[in-house]
Amino acid sequence: MPAAALKTQFESLLGGHLDWQSRPAPECVPSGIPALDAATGGLPRGCLTEIFGPASSGRTSLLLSILAQATHREEVCAIVDAEDAFDPASAAAAGVELDRLLWVRSAQNAEHALKAADLLIQGGGFGVVVLDLGDTPPATARRISLTSWFRLRRAVENTPTVLISVARQSNAKTCASLELACAREHAAWSGALHSSRLLRAISARPTSIQRSKTCSPVFTAAAL
Amino acid sequence: MFACLHGSGPLTALAFQFSPTVEQTAPDTVTFDASGLERLFGFAQDIAASLARRAGELGVEAAIAIAPNPDAAICAARGFSGTSVIPYGDEAKFLAPLPVALLSPSPELQETFDRWGIRRFQDLAALPPLGIAERLGLEGLRLRELARGEAGRKLLPLADPLRFEDRIELDYPVELLEPLAFVLARLINALATSLAARALATDEIRLQLKLENRATHERVLRLPVPTLDTKAFLKLLDLDLSQNPPSAPVVEVRMAMNPVKPQSAQSGLFVLAAPEPVKLELTVARLKAIVGPGRVGTPVLLDTHRPDAFRMTPAFVPSAPPSAPKFRLSIRLFRPPRAAQVALASGYPSFVAAGAIRGKILDLAGPWRTSGDWWTADPWLRDEWDVALSDGALYRLYCDPRGWFVEGSYD
Repeated sequence: MPAAALKTQFESLLGGHLDWQSRPAPECVPSGIPALDAATGGLPRGCLTEIFGPASSGRTSLLLSILAQATHREEVCAIVDAEDAFDPASAAAAGVELDRLLWVRSAQNAEHALKAADLLIQGGGFGVVVLDLGDTPPATARRISLTSWFRLRRAVENTPTVLISVARQSNAKTCASLELACAREHAAWSGALHSSRLLRAISARPTSIQRSKTCSPVFTAAAL
Repeated sequence: MFACLHGSGPLTALAFQFSPTVEQTAPDTVTFDASGLERLFGFAQDIAASLARRAGELGVEAAIAIAPNPDAAICAARGFSGTSVIPYGDEAKFLAPLPVALLSPSPELQETFDRWGIRRFQDLAALPPLGIAERLGLEGLRLRELARGEAGRKLLPLADPLRFEDRIELDYPVELLEPLAFVLARLINALATSLAARALATDEIRLQLKLENRATHERVLRLPVPTLDTKAFLKLLDLDLSQNPPSAPVVEVRMAMNPVKPQSAQSGLFVLAAPEPVKLELTVARLKAIVGPGRVGTPVLLDTHRPDAFRMTPAFVPSAPPSAPKFRLSIRLFRPPRAAQVALASGYPSFVAAGAIRGKILDLAGPWRTSGDWWTADPWLRDEWDVALSDGALYRLYCDPRGWFVEGSYD
């Protein structure tokens, strides 16, 4: 008996059409930016989320906000820092509980960073695993094969871990369930030039690309 | 049958080699239950000879006595030098010449014995029990029993100090880690089995490798929680040895495990999942093998104003409850800071070139002068600037006695 006939018979027996193909929507966690959460629904667990954009586009502030939210939920997080750019003081100021954060400094080696991220996901138990390629030259990041991203996506599937990749441009392509393209808006300064000038904040606009749904709220990261 | 050792040296260790029931009677006296040893050694004289031989090997200088009851053995060991074997029923006859002072009577009783002219065990043993009970009370009766070698009691045994150690001497030197792993696996399994038999786990594994060049290579593996996961032990030791290999082929492997009670904790229904401690230790060890030691851990901020001051700790130590998250502007650091060439205009930076970072300064804030540790050998002093470059990015620039540097980018 063909599969279609079997399916029809089974559905008639159960009394209605059954959705066999679609998977349940993943649980989402908040990023800490209400506008972004309202627009995207949060960051999906068991999926790869990609945050990319040029320098000073608010990627790191967004990332630290996500980590702060996760550690506030008493989850253990890990950051694989490919370029050794993570600043613990900034993270602590953003509310990240450093004693719930495992920091892996892979010293300008993207290949080691990928291996480390894979090991952390396989180890399990982490709420958020971050692969930070934010300062890795685009040419180097582009050399990471799509197979590696597929491997990471497969590894994180069916786990409660939120896998986040931070880079200058999109690398994971279709492997990412959610892409947040950050763009600079403007920097806010206060005081007169050459006297009491202060950098107050930067505004950034992340554009979310989640299947066919696109949104672009603005958030402001304050310096003080 | 009981044996007593009276003297100096590792008496307890010697006694434990012959019996599990050992009493530390006094600092210089150890008594143990020797019943059953005749099946191993033969007659009491043979047991005594074996004891004397082993004592010589261990460097113990002690009088050895074997008797049907512990107190007779103690009196004989304290009273006679060398080796004494008291046959069953001859205790009183054997102990007869010993001085009464050996029984440590109270000063009043000793005075009474002196007045009565009782100097030796045989004098005390010959006194009628009823008369002693009337005149000297219970203590007198006890001393008479001791003098006759009739006192019977149970030993107060010492707890055997638990040691989980094992060693394997190799037939030929092993150079590679892979064959060594088989030896390690054998030791780990044997020790873990003996720990499991006593419902114990371990939180520390000490490995000692004797090398062909007569050197010793020691490694200590500390675990975050007590466990008996033999596969994890083997993998951790393997990773550790691959990072810190011995300098020469291995000829002998010694391993010791620290016995501790296993961790017993009930997980809460609403407690969030966290990495399993042993699995996390294994993951961290693997990460260290990839990125190098000292580059994996939890950052701890140091109590100083010095920029980028932190240290790495090996494991998570969640202490305080988490504070409320705050959304703040963050910085990405360049480690080491990038040396920059800065053009000044009217005393303010106007152009920056530091490798790929290059541009005209459109806006700036600063200088923020900071310094510290001037009382130490490693002082620091710098002027910081926040600059917006023509490429659109915001950077932190600083100037110290060595020159200009770009410390990081605001992101």
